[in-house]
Formats: sequence, structure tokens, C-alpha cells
Amino acid sequence: MNPEILITQMLYGCIGLALFLLGIGSFILHEGLWRRLIALNVVGSGVFHVLVAVAYRGLEQTPDPIPHALVLTGIVVAVSATALALAFGRHLEDQNDHA
Amino acid sequence: MLDPLALAVAWPLLGALSITLLPRWAAHLGILAAVGATLSALGVAFAVMDSGSLTSELGGWKIPLGIGLRADGLAAAFLAMVNLVALGVSIHASVYFADSKARHHFWPLWFLLWTALNALWLARDLFNLYVTLELMGLSAAALGALSGTRESISANLRYLLLGLAGSMTYLLGVALLYVAYGSLDLVQVARSLAPGPSSAAACALMIGGLSLKAALFPLHFWLPPAHASAPAPVSAALSALVVKAAIYLVLRLWLDLFAGIANASAAMLLGLLGGSAVLWGSWQALRAERLKLLAAYSTVAQIGYLAMFLPLIAAAADERGRASLLVAWVLLALTHGLAKASFFLATGLVQKTTGHDRIAELGGAAQSLPAATFALGLAGAALIGLPPSGTFFAKWILIQAAIASGQWWWVPVIMLGTLLALGYVFRLLARAFTREPTPPHFVTSARAELSALLLAVLAMLGVGLAARPIANLLGV
Repeated sequence: MNPEILITQMLYGCIGLALFLLGIGSFILHEGLWRRLIALNVVGSGVFHVLVAVAYRGLEQTPDPIPHALVLTGIVVAVSATALALAFGRHLEDQNDHA
Repeated sequence: MLDPLALAVAWPLLGALSITLLPRWAAHLGILAAVGATLSALGVAFAVMDSGSLTSELGGWKIPLGIGLRADGLAAAFLAMVNLVALGVSIHASVYFADSKARHHFWPLWFLLWTALNALWLARDLFNLYVTLELMGLSAAALGALSGTRESISANLRYLLLGLAGSMTYLLGVALLYVAYGSLDLVQVARSLAPGPSSAAACALMIGGLSLKAALFPLHFWLPPAHASAPAPVSAALSALVVKAAIYLVLRLWLDLFAGIANASAAMLLGLLGGSAVLWGSWQALRAERLKLLAAYSTVAQIGYLAMFLPLIAAAADERGRASLLVAWVLLALTHGLAKASFFLATGLVQKTTGHDRIAELGGAAQSLPAATFALGLAGAALIGLPPSGTFFAKWILIQAAIASGQWWWVPVIMLGTLLALGYVFRLLARAFTREPTPPHFVTSARAELSALLLAVLAMLGVGLAARPIANLLGV
């Protein structure tokens, strides 16, 4: 494989792994809903970063479509989950206001 | 000719969509879709028993482009059990939610959960497994919060976030496997899997993420509050089916995908976690003050038994030993699914009648709800593992394998777990009976009570007596 492609893949892949670790660490360490939710989204971005890096095959070639499809599906899932978590959070806050 | 595998996924999906369009007919459409899904799932199970495994490619698109479905013996056994339980839960729910506001939300979410479950047993590639896991987690968390209480929302919010973290971890494992092997198909990846740092990391990430979703000790802490605060039919589905799906995937990946690299010490670690789960879960169940909390902690213990099989399967001397352990695993999982669903449904009836589920104040429940109490007793006996329940045979095989492979330390764990289970079931039955007059009617609400009772009977008698057909289904 072309070394330039490999280096690019490695660079982005490692950044993805670093994001994943940062997110998981923050998810474990923090308590509040918002922080944990943002941490999870960072984790998600890390995983998607790895997948996008896998798909890269140089500027001349079209990228591998399968990881791209995975990332798209993953984003949809992450958005829905974030929305559900926010809805739960709002319910809890509303109940706090009434109490 | 309609594809039976696609039908098993399509029935609940059609149910969810049609109920969303016609909410006034929710209960009727729900029962219709439930019966359809159950019949097609049983059809798949019988077809697999006849002809080995079934595969199909949706829309005629070939793998890797299309989505493939596959049912082997293991998948078919779970598909049949899950759909029977789900049918019972649906019939019960048609009474439970008959006049509550929650029914508008319950039915569509419930069928989405059911769709995700059926698709999960039949999925044959790693990414579809991820999608079904997420669909399952999202609909399960939304269902669990249906009662709308503060307690249930915060418990299910925690469940949602942890579930999300678990599946993200799983997805990173999938990405690593794709980097190394360029495929997502379970069979193709398994064939080319070689030991190495990336496959070991993928194994740890995927099994770790799934253990979080399966509530394997010490990652079980989210389960009791989430399952104990949900409406009873939902608790039944969460405890009997959703957690089972994650532990099923642990076993499936362990045996099918990571067989080459998952070594004895990793299996021993999972087994030790399982053993701790058995002791801790059973002890907490014995101390629980509320019926639902008792049932939830008992689920933690049962998941522990299922994890305890892994080191013994790894140490099994020959193919026959492995096969009989696999049958025992399935017997235990199926019995627990049926028994725990019945237990939660009966608990829901007690809670509706008496207005609470505090064990200390259950006095007279046996007299006012004889059928529900009988279901509690039968399901409890199946959870303990009295013969002829599937749990009994499973524990028997487990003890034999532990002695045969020299891993004797599992035997006292199983004995102690069973003793504690005996304690928590009898503690509750002892409270349920008082010296009030005997009731004139055995059954008070036919549909709600009979579904709980039938599931309990299936757990106590059905699975154990059907051990031979189940073994045939698994190809043993």
C-alpha cells in the first residue's frame, strides 16, 4: 500500500482512538447528564473517525463505501439516542420544577 | 413463497407501524401481530429442526452488499422462546394497559422492541447486530420509563446511557475487525480470524460492551432500579428477553467468532464474574424488600450462571461434553426467560390488586389472587431449579462438567446459589399465605392471569420435558 495513505489512515485512526478514550474516561468520571451525554457523543465521534480512516484509499480513488454506510447509520442511531436522553432529562427537570 | 425468516421480523414491524397509524385499534392489532409473529417464529424453529439451518438474503441482494438472515439451532431455540414470552406479555398487556394513557406509547414501542429482538437472533453480520442492539436499547429504555415516575425516568436514563456506551464499545471492536479482515460477515471473519493484538482488542471491546448490556457482575448496577421501576409487562420483557439477548451474543461471539483466540484464562475471568454474580445477586434478592426488586436481582444471578458455563465449555474434554454444556446453557436461558416473564407478570397483578409490591405486606395475596400466586410459586420453583424444570437439568450438567474438568470450585457456588434461591422464593410464598377464607374463584382476570400461569407451566414443565427436541434443534 502507498505509505502516504497508510500514514494518513494511521493518523486519523489514532485520533479516533484518542477521542474514544477521552470520551469513555469522561463518561466514567463525571456524574451530570449533560457531561455524560456529550462524553458519549465524543466516544461516538471517535469510533466514526476510525471507520472513516479505514475507508480512505488515497485522493485518486473512491473511498470504501461500507465503512461510510456504517458511519451514516451510526450517526442516525447516536442522534436518536441523544434525543431520547434529552427528552428524559427534560422530564426530570420539569418534575423538579413542580416539586 | 414468503421467506419465513423475513416474516419473523416483518410481523412485529408491521404491528408497530399499523398501531402507529391506527392507535384506536392498538390492542386488537397488537394481538394480531403478536400471534402472527409467534406463529412465524415457531414455523422457523420447526423448519430448522427438520432441515438444519435456514438462510436468506433480503431482496435477493447478495452478501456483502445485501442484508443476510440466518437461523441455526441456537438462534431458532431463542426465537421460539422469545416469541412465546412476547405473546404472553402482549396478551397480559392488553389487560394491564386497557384503560391507562400509557397504552398509546406502549404498543408501538413494544413491537419495535420485538422487531429488534427477532432481527437480533437472525442477524448474520456484525454491523446488523449493532443496529439491532441499538434499536433494542432505545425501545427498551423508552418502554421502561413509561410509568413516568421520577424513579423510572432516572433509572432508565442511566440504562440508556450505559447501553449506549456498551454498544459504542462494541462498535469500535467491529471497526477493528473490519480494519484487519475487511469483512463484517460473521462466518467470513470467523474463518480468517488470526490471533494478534487487534483481534484480541476487538474481542475485549466487543465482549466487554456486551457484558455491560447483559448486566454481568460488576456491571449489573443499572439493572435492578431500571427493571424494578418499569410497568410489569415491560419489566417482564426487559428481564426475560432484553438482557438475554446480550448474553446470547456473548456466547455466540465467544463460540463462533473468537473461538480461536478466546483462551482459557479469559473464559475463567468471565466465569469468576459469573460466580460472583450468582452469589451477590441471590443474596440481594434474599434481602430485597420489594417483589420486583427481588425478581430483578434474581436476573443478575441467572446471568451469572450463564457466564459460568464459559470456562467449563473451554475446559470440556471432547465435542460431546461441549455439546451437552451448550444444551444445558440453552435450557437454563429458556427456562429463565419463561419463568422470569411469568414472575414479573404475576407481580404486576399483585401490585395492581394490593397497590404495592412490598414482600412484608403480601399477606392474603394468595387468597385474593390464587392464580397469580400459583404462577409466582411455579415460576419460583423453576428459578430455583426443582425437577423437572430446565434449570434442574442445566445445573445438573453444569455440576457434572465442573467435577469432570476438575474445576470443583463452581460446585459450592451453584449449591449456595440454589440454596439462596430457595430462600428468596419461600420467603415470598410464606408471606403470601394467611388464614383468610379460601376464595370462590381460582381465576379473577382470565387473560392477565392465564398468560402468567401458562408461561410458568411452560418454564416448569415444558422446557425440561422438551429437552430432547431442544437438543435435536441444536444438532446434538
